[in-house]
Amino acid sequence: MGYTFNFGPVFANLDMLIAGALITVQLSGGAMILGTIIALTCAIAKTAGPAPLRWLVDAYVEFIRNTPFLVQIFFIFFALPSVGLRLTPNTAALLALTINVGAYATEIIRAGIESIQRGQVEAGYALGLKKSQIYRYIVMKPALRTIYPALTSQFIYLMLTSSVVSVISATDLAAAGNDLQSRTFVAFEVYVVITAIYFLLSIGFSLLFAFIGRAAFTYPLSR
Amino acid sequence: MIRPFGIDEALFIILAVRWTIALSLVAFAGGALGGLLIALARVAEARPLRYAALGFIRLFQGTPLLMQLFLVYFGLSIFGVGINPWIAAAIALTLHASAFLGEIWRGCIQAVPPGQTEAAWALGLGYRDRMTSIVLPQAARIAVAPTVGFSVQLIKGTSLASIIGFVELTRSGQIINNATFAPFYVFGLVAVMYFVLCWPLSLLARRMERRFAVATRR
Repeated sequence: MGYTFNFGPVFANLDMLIAGALITVQLSGGAMILGTIIALTCAIAKTAGPAPLRWLVDAYVEFIRNTPFLVQIFFIFFALPSVGLRLTPNTAALLALTINVGAYATEIIRAGIESIQRGQVEAGYALGLKKSQIYRYIVMKPALRTIYPALTSQFIYLMLTSSVVSVISATDLAAAGNDLQSRTFVAFEVYVVITAIYFLLSIGFSLLFAFIGRAAFTYPLSR
Repeated sequence: MIRPFGIDEALFIILAVRWTIALSLVAFAGGALGGLLIALARVAEARPLRYAALGFIRLFQGTPLLMQLFLVYFGLSIFGVGINPWIAAAIALTLHASAFLGEIWRGCIQAVPPGQTEAAWALGLGYRDRMTSIVLPQAARIAVAPTVGFSVQLIKGTSLASIIGFVELTRSGQIINNATFAPFYVFGLVAVMYFVLCWPLSLLARRMERRFAVATRR
C-alpha cells in the first residue's frame, strides 16, 4: 500500500470530461430516438407483416442480441469501409448504438403489442373505429405504456454500453477518460471520476424518463 | 507484408473461444456465489444488510461494465497486486455478475409465496433450514430461465476483457485483423462464434420461460 490518491489533475481537467459527457448524452440520446423508430417499424412488421418480413426482423433481432456490442462496432467501423462505407468514429458509434438498441427495443415493443388481448381489438371494430385508429389507440398506446419501464431501463443500459465506443476513438466520456489518463498517469482516479459521472448520468436519465412517463401516460389505467 | 486470411488464421480465432468460455465460467461461478449472498442480504431482516446489498446492486447496475473493468484493473496495481488482465477481468465480471444475479434472485425469492415462510416458522424451522429446504428450492425453479438469460449477457460482457488486453475471442480477432487486414471475414467470424455460443442459451431461456408460464398459469 502506501499509495496516495491524487485527484487534483482530474478536477483540473473537468471541462474535458464534461465535453465528453455531452457527446455520450448526444450519442445515446440520438440512438434512443432512432432506435425507437427502427423498433416500432420492426415490431409492427413482426406482428402484422408477411412471413418473409417477419423472418428478416427475427434474424436482425436474434443476431444483434446474441453478439457483443464490441464486435458489432468493430464490424461497422472496420469492415464496412472495405465495402465502400467509410464513417467517422462518432457516426459509426451512433450507427452501431442505434442498430443495437433497435433490436432490443423491437423485442420489447413486440411483447407489448402481443400483450394486448384480441377482445380489445374486436371491441374497437364493434365501436366502428377505423383500422388505423384501432392500431393507434387500442394497440399501440396501451402497449407502449405497459413496456415503458422495460424500454427505459434498456435505454439506460444503452447509455452505459455506449462507453464501449471509445475503442474506435469516438470522443465520448470514456474516451475523454482514456485521454486524460494517458496524460496525467493517475488512471485509477480518472476512472473513479468517470464512473461517478456515468452513475450521475444514469440517475439523470431515469429521472427524465420518469418525468416523460408521467407526462405521456396521463389517462387512467383500467384493469 | 500482409498475411492472407486462411485456415490457420480462422483456427486461431475459433480456438480462442476457449478463453471466452473459461472467463464466462469463472465469472458465472463467482457471480453465482456472490449473487446468492447479495440476494439473501436483500431479503434479510437486518436493515443495514438490505441497504448495503441494494447499494452494491445500484452501483454496479448504474455504471458501465467497461469502467468496472478499468477500475479493478488499475485498482489492483494500486493495492500492489501486479497488473494481470486475466485476474482483473475475472474479478470485475464476478462483481458485475453478483450484482445482476443478486437482483434477479432477490425477485425469485420474493416470488415464493409468503405462506411458505410462515409455515416454516410455524414448524419451528430456523433461518438455515427455512432457506435451504423451503424457500431456496422453490425460488430456484423460478430462477432458472432468467439466470440462463443473464448468462448470455455475461458471455457478451467477457468481450470487454479484450480492451484491458485479455486474449479471448474478440482480442484474437483484433490480432488477426491487424495482420491480415480482412476485417469483414475476421469480425464476421468472431460475431458468428459468439452467436454460436449465445443463441442456444437464448433459445433455452425462452423455452423454459414459456414452459414455466404454462405450468404456473391460473
